[in-house]
Amino acid sequence: MAFQGALEIHRQIQEGKITAVSVLKQSLQAIAQQDLDIGAFLSVHGETALAEAAAVDAKVSAGETLPLLAGVPIAIKDNINVTGMPTTCASNILTGYISPYNATVIEKIKTAGLPIVGKTNLDEFAMGSSTENSALKVTRNPWNHHCVPGGSSGGSAAAVAGAMVPLSLGSDTGGSVRQPASLCGLVGMKPTYGLVSRYGLVAFGSSLDQISPFAGDVADAAALLQLIAGFDPLDSTTLKTETPDYLTTLEQLPSNLRIGVIQELNGEGMQPEVAENFAQMIELCQKQLGASIQTISMSGIQPAIAAYYIVATAEASSNLARFDGVRYGQRKKTTGDVHAMYRKTRAEGFGPEVTRRIMLGTFCLSSGYYDAYYGKAQRARALLRKQFQEAYGQVDLLICPTSPTTAFKIGEKASDPLSMYLSDIATIPVNLAGIPAISIPSGFDKSGLPMGLQILGPRLSENKIFQVARAIEQVTGYHHLLPPALAQTVAQ
Amino acid sequence: MTITHEAVAHVATLARLDISAEDAARYAEELSKILTLVEQLNTLPLDDPALDAFMDETMATDIPQQAVLTRPDLAFKHYTREALLKNAPEEEEGFFRVPKILEENSN
Repeated sequence: MAFQGALEIHRQIQEGKITAVSVLKQSLQAIAQQDLDIGAFLSVHGETALAEAAAVDAKVSAGETLPLLAGVPIAIKDNINVTGMPTTCASNILTGYISPYNATVIEKIKTAGLPIVGKTNLDEFAMGSSTENSALKVTRNPWNHHCVPGGSSGGSAAAVAGAMVPLSLGSDTGGSVRQPASLCGLVGMKPTYGLVSRYGLVAFGSSLDQISPFAGDVADAAALLQLIAGFDPLDSTTLKTETPDYLTTLEQLPSNLRIGVIQELNGEGMQPEVAENFAQMIELCQKQLGASIQTISMSGIQPAIAAYYIVATAEASSNLARFDGVRYGQRKKTTGDVHAMYRKTRAEGFGPEVTRRIMLGTFCLSSGYYDAYYGKAQRARALLRKQFQEAYGQVDLLICPTSPTTAFKIGEKASDPLSMYLSDIATIPVNLAGIPAISIPSGFDKSGLPMGLQILGPRLSENKIFQVARAIEQVTGYHHLLPPALAQTVAQ
Repeated sequence: MTITHEAVAHVATLARLDISAEDAARYAEELSKILTLVEQLNTLPLDDPALDAFMDETMATDIPQQAVLTRPDLAFKHYTREALLKNAPEEEEGFFRVPKILEENSN
């Protein structure tokens, strides 16, 4: 399985060459062998997954045509609700919670017949860039076990990079799928805001959050996005668009392609190897794809982090008010009244980063500070949207490195929240503007850690982004590469 | 921007968080640092009236602006009371039980 993509596995299941049950068993075996070291999963659900796989095999035996991706095992970030499974958000405050409902994306995945093998680790409530803020366990980067997998969807990234599942879902609020994809050598696609329903995703920053796929190559990511996209009456922010079909035209390359390089994200302040690699990617687009390249300057990029940490924390402070020890999760006993119970339950249930962000968000929304902070951040966000729109008047797509560095050592940035925040400089503007962007593998630094290229487009330009990403992937051949240690194990 | 310990304590009350004096000092320092970063926003031309047209996500696009969405007001049963109460820290006779909310003498 390690060398095959999700679409290939699905094709072989449909043709009866392999069974969904045997694929699932391989996945469960890989988890049993590797996850003790990697720590991608918070819970594994082999029994229900086996029943789902068996149902797919029964359909094949009955001669039915399977829905797209049927039979392909998938891992789900543990902030997305699946009936009967725990949803921990990697937080102590949700200890013991079993979800009574499915997120809309899970309904779609179950209807299509992708066995859900387990729930994956994350930074608590998706707040972080390294998965180190998980209250439950440490997740290691399959490319180097001393390094972080990125975050916040680090478990979902490590599960695919460690060849334990071919596909996974994460959530991307400020880069939480694209950055770990970059650090783990994967494809991660953050869709246009409103393309995928957020119903059943535990809310962090509601105007920024999008459920997003991880995969080993562009076609697999496109297939999974196609499966989960679409209007949902249960999420009024979803767009009334037609169900997309990315796969039919995936191999076509747009003619007269114009690509913009964001000046503010072109090398400065980045790891030298990342800057060099990005220069090579620009050249590749020019020479191999025949694209015209121009530099685009956007003054709204650098201050985007500031705007983000106001908007995201303000929304989080409001969204996380529901964790109060009344309806679910852990309640801390007090002798006092209900307010004393709230304060104690929340203080003991939330970890330091979540508390820090709730405090910051509450401050920014508090009387006397609202205009100076939240109001200003919303204006900065408008400026960014305006500058992106102007940029897309001149070019079709924009490119930049996904992350200023490759994977850093576990513990290296954990004590300095500000330096951790700054590592999201290239991904945050995308969420603030509500536009789509993909991260694809673009090479390796001298210690063998993966690097990523980010491709950004206007709203609902996923088709074009996938086409260009696919064309680049065909040239580089960096998709479906396994970490050396793992490749050795698989070969034996 | 520097935040005082008192301001931190006030915010903690608003956010329903018990915070020790020691933590208040740490948060005061950390939040001050983050809010200093936030001052970058003051370098931007945010008073520009041209930005008014971009305050809403749907405006900054060529996608036709989506009307406010409504759906038929139909009752549909997603969950049973039992299923929802299963996650409750404390329940009594089919309700969520909470500590005392009102004082004895309040009306």
